[in-house]
Amino acid sequence: MHQSLISKAFIVSGMPHILLAHEQAPGWGRLYQAFQKAREEIEREQADLILYFSTQWLSILGYTFQADPRPEWEHVDQNWHELGSIPYEFAIDTDFAQNYADEVAQLGYKTRLINYRGFPIDTGTIVAQNLLNPHNRLKAAIVSCNMYSEKEETTRIGQAAARALKQSGKKAIAVLVSSLSHRYHVEAIKPRDDRISSRKDDEWNRKILDMLAMGDVEDVAQCTREFARQANGDMKFKGAWWLNGLLGQSNHFQGEVLAYEAVMGTGAVVVGLTPTEPVLAPDLASMMTSSEEGSQAELVDELTDFENQAMSKALKPSARGAEHHAPVSLSPPSATGALPDFEIVSQRGAEPVGLYPHARRYGDLLLLSGIGPRRAGSKDIPGVTFAPDGSVLHYDIREQTRSVIDNVRKVLEDAGSSLEKVLDIQVFLTNMKQDFAAYNEVYNATFKDIRPTRTTVQVGALPTPIAVEFKVLARP
Amino acid sequence: MAKGSIVAGVLAPHPPHLVYAENPPQNEPRAECGWEVLRWGYERCRANIKALKPDVLIVHSPHWPTFVGHHFLGLPRFQGLSVDPVFPHLFRYTYDVAIDVPLSLAIKERCDQAGMTTSVVKNPAFRLDYGSIISLHLINPLWDIPVVFISANQAAFYYSNEIGAQVAADLGHATRAAIEESGKRCVLLASCSLSHRHFVNEPEIPEDMSYERIHHHGQYLWDMKVLEMMRRGQTRELLDIMPEFIEMATSEVKAGCLTWMLEAMGVPDYPAEVHAYGTVIGTGNAVVEWNPMRSGRTH
Repeated sequence: MHQSLISKAFIVSGMPHILLAHEQAPGWGRLYQAFQKAREEIEREQADLILYFSTQWLSILGYTFQADPRPEWEHVDQNWHELGSIPYEFAIDTDFAQNYADEVAQLGYKTRLINYRGFPIDTGTIVAQNLLNPHNRLKAAIVSCNMYSEKEETTRIGQAAARALKQSGKKAIAVLVSSLSHRYHVEAIKPRDDRISSRKDDEWNRKILDMLAMGDVEDVAQCTREFARQANGDMKFKGAWWLNGLLGQSNHFQGEVLAYEAVMGTGAVVVGLTPTEPVLAPDLASMMTSSEEGSQAELVDELTDFENQAMSKALKPSARGAEHHAPVSLSPPSATGALPDFEIVSQRGAEPVGLYPHARRYGDLLLLSGIGPRRAGSKDIPGVTFAPDGSVLHYDIREQTRSVIDNVRKVLEDAGSSLEKVLDIQVFLTNMKQDFAAYNEVYNATFKDIRPTRTTVQVGALPTPIAVEFKVLARP
Repeated sequence: MAKGSIVAGVLAPHPPHLVYAENPPQNEPRAECGWEVLRWGYERCRANIKALKPDVLIVHSPHWPTFVGHHFLGLPRFQGLSVDPVFPHLFRYTYDVAIDVPLSLAIKERCDQAGMTTSVVKNPAFRLDYGSIISLHLINPLWDIPVVFISANQAAFYYSNEIGAQVAADLGHATRAAIEESGKRCVLLASCSLSHRHFVNEPEIPEDMSYERIHHHGQYLWDMKVLEMMRRGQTRELLDIMPEFIEMATSEVKAGCLTWMLEAMGVPDYPAEVHAYGTVIGTGNAVVEWNPMRSGRTH
């Protein structure tokens, strides 16, 4: 039985917001938590080094390899400087850097080992290192991303990494630092208002995540060119080719989407991939075989493959064969579907009266639990006057409705959505005859232009002494 | 206070090779020679700029890319080490730069008034971009004139060349308004190459000129077309075809620096002075000066 050269692989965003400002937006916080989970998983693995390929370290003259044994600096990002400095110090596996450069040189590409004081390591690698390997428990290796390389070349650079691991007798954690869609907001936004730049980008990200959740790394590589064109993939999302080359160009992985969120409009992810079969190094001869890379024929093949896959997904969501797929797990929490599925607990929503979250996101939908007028952190219900025995003396349906809408707004915002994205509302009143007109008046003031579908019913009672509750469905 | 003015604009490309070949004390690597045609062109341009005795040099470079609006430096002095991430074997430069903060903030203010998004760098550990440093060194190696850095908004990269051009034009107009209000005499530097497809290899001796040539003939044709327009004072026509030039010649003007400069200068219709054209690792580079005094125009 061959030993796998890779114990685990990750695709992670390199946006500094996740490291430096994760408390400013719920989505950034969830990415931070996902990084923490990934770090814990890495710490459980028996690996010799952590190998980074970041789309933010660009090279022109072939490939460069970090070979300074202890590069250190106080880094400030060129664009996100207001977030603060990131001091760093890496422990570099210089022997592996040499091995990797030798393997790449054998393929005919220019290589250079970098050992210069003050060489600017890119933000993405620094962010990933700080979050995944903060104390240099593993030595690191870093290779550049050639700005001109296409699929075949980038795949070969990944394959060369596998060969270098084999030559050096080492086992690695592989980390691709790359966003999915890479279109930014062009105006300053409040962190809490962050969202994927466009619905189109979001939909394409989900297609890719669907495949990654299934462990289909090779399929992602096949679709990369079209994805990049449609969703402005980060450096054409060519990192997917590198990762696929390194991982053996197969779909034999267990995929785990730990987080998918927007960071300044880009598609930021933390995805884990665990090999279900050993990752081995290709022999040199097979790597040197010429292909039709870059030709029209290859391009057409790729598009055709992708269109076939997209069509089969659209028509038969569960039709993808299980033969070569590893079991899928999604978190948090685990689920059986491949779509993003996780709980949202709002810091500003009233505490639930049972074991349920404020909201749950499933795919493109945000489902909110029933929300009443009660204030967060107390048992106060706006507009309700209680008698000494605890019974309700009087209530103001207008005030209760306003409070319900305010509570709904807070939960939506904490989930990255807003009132403007509400699609459907079910309203429960305890006294239709007495309260409908007043509730309707308050409702109209907020929703007349948003125009979600609505159903209002009378119920015998609600769980607390409230007179109105909303059940909301929204877009994330 | 007299009205401020733009006394010259320079297309000032920033290949680190030119600084490397010059062997200035600030740069650590040493060279034997190299890219003399471009370097001598820079020397001629440098003399013209010096004669103008400008108060400020304002540089716009694609190597300070920003995604959310334009950024400006808000501290009076930045010191540090600039290492080119692509050519670190050629450029490891120690800098000490004086910033004209009032003018920097005045341009930012004008941008804000025009509805643009801006930001100001206040972190002293911020590293200045190597593109700006190289252009500034080649125009004023003594560093005895205060400078303003303007970041390159990446709108063109995420939307289209046309949108990028409009953003750069708006920035140019804001820059001009702030300069006029400041009473200062300013030189603008558009820090970029023309055609920008590189070779991915390099000779053993980087300054071995027997390897130096344009990446391909199409790039050369486009560079000559554009230079001819500059020489004839046809900058309006040049701005019109800029999106196509960017697309066809992989031009570095995509970052908006040349559009910014020409728009700030009121789209000059007098001939520019082409001091030099040469290739650097396959890219097309020209040192071009728009000088209203030398052309007989008072701007």
